[in-house]
Amino acid sequence: MKVLYFSWIKDKLGKSHEEIQVSDNVKTINDLITLLRQNNENYKDVFKDTSSIKVSINMETAKFEDSINDNDEVAFFPPMTGG
Amino acid sequence: MIKVQEEDFSLTDEITSLKKRCNNIGALSTFIGIVRDKREDEKLVSMTLEHYPGMTEKMLNKINTEALSRWDLLDTTIIHRYGKLLPGEQIVLVITASKHRKEAIESCHFIIDWLKTKGPFWKYEKTVDKGFWVDAKSQDLDEELKWNN
Repeated sequence: MKVLYFSWIKDKLGKSHEEIQVSDNVKTINDLITLLRQNNENYKDVFKDTSSIKVSINMETAKFEDSINDNDEVAFFPPMTGG
Repeated sequence: MIKVQEEDFSLTDEITSLKKRCNNIGALSTFIGIVRDKREDEKLVSMTLEHYPGMTEKMLNKINTEALSRWDLLDTTIIHRYGKLLPGEQIVLVITASKHRKEAIESCHFIIDWLKTKGPFWKYEKTVDKGFWVDAKSQDLDEELKWNN
């Protein structure tokens, strides 16, 4: 699964994207976050308060309880500041 | 017409282009967003706009489609820049064209309000000695929500 990071999330993790191997028990964005938190302290720090983070699945705004599968592109970012 | 680009744009050229694309225009409304020269009280050196290529075009199209469904418009132009911009530079352009003023003015306001909170852009501001990711403003969310009524 391709996972992308933007803004301060990208800075804190030191990367803009990565490929993640997910097992069958990763069924939702919440499950993916639980998996990512296990990586290291930076991930733990980024995902400690998900109220300040937004997520998209295949470039569509999504919710943390939404289902995902291995071919999806998931992105994490703070609230948008366009315009 | 939607464009996501690094380069600057010309309001005059874009109005000329839009007028060529449609007939019977009675009203044009325009909005241009510009990089301020201060962050709070500090001098701003630059503002870099990061975006999510692919999703940006998708979201801008959605916003545009929504405007076209809500108002009787002849055509629209949305141009949003990304990359490093300096104080005074243009960030975003919205032009709406209709037969009568109300549709053009309201839809232009709507498009920029939705761009603020639904356009996948993130702003990084640099002052002389520091850098900051700009937080979303709750006021912008309120402005977006008012269009739901």
